Amino acid sequence: MTERNRSKSLPISVGGVTKTYGRVTALDSVDLEIESGEFMTLLGPSGSGKTTLLMVLAGFTRPDCGSVRFGDAEVVRLPPHKRDLGMVFQSYALFPHMTVAENVAFPLRLRKVGKADRLARAERALQTVQLGGYGDRRIDQLSGGQRQRVALARAIVFEPRILLMDEPLSALDKKLRELMQIELRRLHERFGMTTVYVTHDQREALTMSDRIAVIDDGAIQQLGTPRAIYDHPANRFVADFIGESTILPVTRDGADVLFAGTPLRLAGPPPPGPVSLMIRPERLQLLSGADAADASFNRFEATAESIVFQGESYLMQARLADGQLVALRGGVRHDYDAVTPAPGDRVALGVHVEDTILLPGADGAREADDG
Amino acid sequence: MADAAAPSTGPARPHARTLRRDARLEQLALFGLASPALILLLAVLALPVGWLFYLSFIGNDGGFSLQHYERMVDSKSYARIFRTTFEVSLITTGLCILLGYPLAYLLSQLPKRMAALCLLAVLLPFWTSLLVRTYAWLVLLQRRGLINEWGMSLGLWSEPLALVHNLSGTLIGMVHIMLPFMILPLYGSMRAIPADLLNASANLGARPSETFRHVFLPLSMPGLFAGSLLVFVLCLGFYVTPAVLGGGKVIMVSMRIATDIELFVNWGAASALGVVLLVLTLGLLYGASRFLSLDRVLGGGSR
Amino acid sequence: MIRWLKRPATATQITHGQRLWLYALGGLVMLFLIAPTLIVIPMSFSDSQYLQFPPETWSLRWYESYFASPAWMSATATSFKAATLTCLLATPLGVAAAYGLFASQVRWAGAVYMALVTPLMVPLIFFAVAAFYLLARLQMVHSLAGLVLAHSILALPLVVVVVSSALKSYDMSQEQAARSLGASRLAAFFLVTLPQIRFAVVTGALLAFLTSFDEVIVAMFVSGGENATLTRNMFNALRDQIDPTIAAISTLMIIVTTTLLALAQLFGKSER
Repeated sequence: MTERNRSKSLPISVGGVTKTYGRVTALDSVDLEIESGEFMTLLGPSGSGKTTLLMVLAGFTRPDCGSVRFGDAEVVRLPPHKRDLGMVFQSYALFPHMTVAENVAFPLRLRKVGKADRLARAERALQTVQLGGYGDRRIDQLSGGQRQRVALARAIVFEPRILLMDEPLSALDKKLRELMQIELRRLHERFGMTTVYVTHDQREALTMSDRIAVIDDGAIQQLGTPRAIYDHPANRFVADFIGESTILPVTRDGADVLFAGTPLRLAGPPPPGPVSLMIRPERLQLLSGADAADASFNRFEATAESIVFQGESYLMQARLADGQLVALRGGVRHDYDAVTPAPGDRVALGVHVEDTILLPGADGAREADDG
Repeated sequence: MADAAAPSTGPARPHARTLRRDARLEQLALFGLASPALILLLAVLALPVGWLFYLSFIGNDGGFSLQHYERMVDSKSYARIFRTTFEVSLITTGLCILLGYPLAYLLSQLPKRMAALCLLAVLLPFWTSLLVRTYAWLVLLQRRGLINEWGMSLGLWSEPLALVHNLSGTLIGMVHIMLPFMILPLYGSMRAIPADLLNASANLGARPSETFRHVFLPLSMPGLFAGSLLVFVLCLGFYVTPAVLGGGKVIMVSMRIATDIELFVNWGAASALGVVLLVLTLGLLYGASRFLSLDRVLGGGSR
Repeated sequence: MIRWLKRPATATQITHGQRLWLYALGGLVMLFLIAPTLIVIPMSFSDSQYLQFPPETWSLRWYESYFASPAWMSATATSFKAATLTCLLATPLGVAAAYGLFASQVRWAGAVYMALVTPLMVPLIFFAVAAFYLLARLQMVHSLAGLVLAHSILALPLVVVVVSSALKSYDMSQEQAARSLGASRLAAFFLVTLPQIRFAVVTGALLAFLTSFDEVIVAMFVSGGENATLTRNMFNALRDQIDPTIAAISTLMIIVTTTLLALAQLFGKSER
């Protein structure tokens, strides 16, 4: 990140931002520091407050209290048009009464850029999003993906130091969405503006972000890199929302954490207080007899219940000795039929100590955050 | 709860006060856009209507009195006027339903382009001046008018019929004026009925007439209700058509109000009648608004 | 044939027989709606006092008598003036109010909206008397200004209703986009929102114009003297006797209305 051109981007600092609608708290004293040039994703289910936070950054939602700083400047009282940031909307919000070029040149026109210059820069921005030569088209002649690109070109043509995006890819089909993810990332690498990206799609968040802020109930549940958030979810909400997981009850015996009476092998000291065990299905594996003594695994005996072929992988549900179900996801290769257990087979399951995750709370419930 | 825990000002809630002020100012500024219209309404509508309301309670001696309202209850002529008003309004509404429902149904079953073309037949009179349409009927229905000429030359009747300057002329004219107000909301609600529902009904074994009775008719009721309400309410206060086509034989409340002012300059009496008419209208609309969105009725009427 | 009549015409609803009846009835109702207005047009060219149809001898005498009459001419001028001014007053007020209510989203916006459309619910005759009373107090009876004020009250709710419903289907995020790109609220409204609701604004303005132009009752009470409107004079003439000149005027009014509507429609077409 040190490589990036810092003059083209600004850090964002959100402090104590609270927004209530009547009795509903959309944002509950949110603090968030976004580094200059960072790609930050706000990830959460609908109604979590992620869009409200983005709208606070853009200036369309006025918080009840709190501070928003771009660089050194406090902007919380500034109207949207004085914040000088680019924004891409979920509905694209292109102006149908203007041509593509007029749309892209719109922010330049407001900034009193001369006509010739304005059109040249609009065309350059269109080339950046691979729509060079589309300037004379009408908006309704464009496909969804093209509209998306025009919206993007319009948001970056005036070289804002901050770019906000509100679920910009949600209207596109899966293939196009994946293509655009890579392209957005590439644009970010190239221009280096601080980017705040809102999505409810965890895969999208994991693919694109430098860091992710997982939001629920108007509060940030966890802030970290995609790896950190996936590998070490802070609480059950994050574990559930990102990736698949099985949560199992465990008991404490001093420093030991017991599952079904057996102490778990752990990579580090467990957190204090009641905890529960989280296992990602793809981190769970079938152990053969030879692995039985491997001390780097926690081992569970189980009975296979169902096996479902899903193309690139299979999903197995297995019942543990104490009656609980765990899920295992395994890769599919040519020997799928030979190596995959059948329902009713006894199986030995193992999870590496590094993948043996303890979540705070006895039932894996969200950490009480009223500190 | 959060408010109680945290102090309401200071660093824990930065900018809370200024933000609240900004919010209020912005709302005020936007709301201010509506104020010129509101001021106009207050000055030109609310003020004089309130004034007349007050006048309706002032007797001829200049003090407070209910005499204008008592007269309405006591006097036979007033009772007749109210009865006429209700009769004319009811019959007009009924005729509009009888003529409007089939046409609306027909239009709703036609392909969109064809329906749009036929809808012109509804919209053209809708947009044409009321006075022009009333005049047209006066010309058609008079003793030596087109209807009588044709009727007699076809041998349907031998003497010119009195078709105008009476109740029948009034009704013909009013139905003609009001019919679009019935058809437009009806057509809207019929178009909104998904064809899938009708297919489902047929698929479940209903005969066409049963499908119509059990599925289509109930689903078109909101439109029918809205249209009927609109027509009835408009009829209650109607003036021009009964005044011209009624020939002085059909006296409705609105006409009495006009004579009270023009002939007798009796503001109190006219106001009291106006107040009763207003209360009736608003009462009906309010009652109806509990069953359907008033916005739809008004929206349906204005286009 | 009989069997065909009894067969269902559509899979779901009616038989061919019923449909024939329906077509016949629907056709008659459409004729009832449209014929009286249209028949006035050829009749206005009749030479006869009784406006024969079809006219035995054609003539322009009723048009001549209209154009030669200073009273009719002055009334026509008044009507056009009043309608234009009403349109110019009610349209901006209505658009501003509709937009303000839509954008502010204050709790009582709904109540204010209802207040703005009340003129649609007040019986016209009562409002006419009220306006007459007010203008009499202000010594403004028979003045053009008084007439325009009263007509604006009737036109305002139509503009508000039409523009509000257009705003409802307008994607407000476009205005947000404009603002995020550097446009003030005012600039965003004029550069982005207004161009897209202009068909509704034009429709509202047209409604405002026609409301005033066609209005009879209020005009009957508050207009008069040099400022009597066309409709007021027509109404008075109708109460006395059937003046064939009115057929000529009616024809011209139909032409004015249809032209305006067609223009608005063309304007709407060019939008899409």
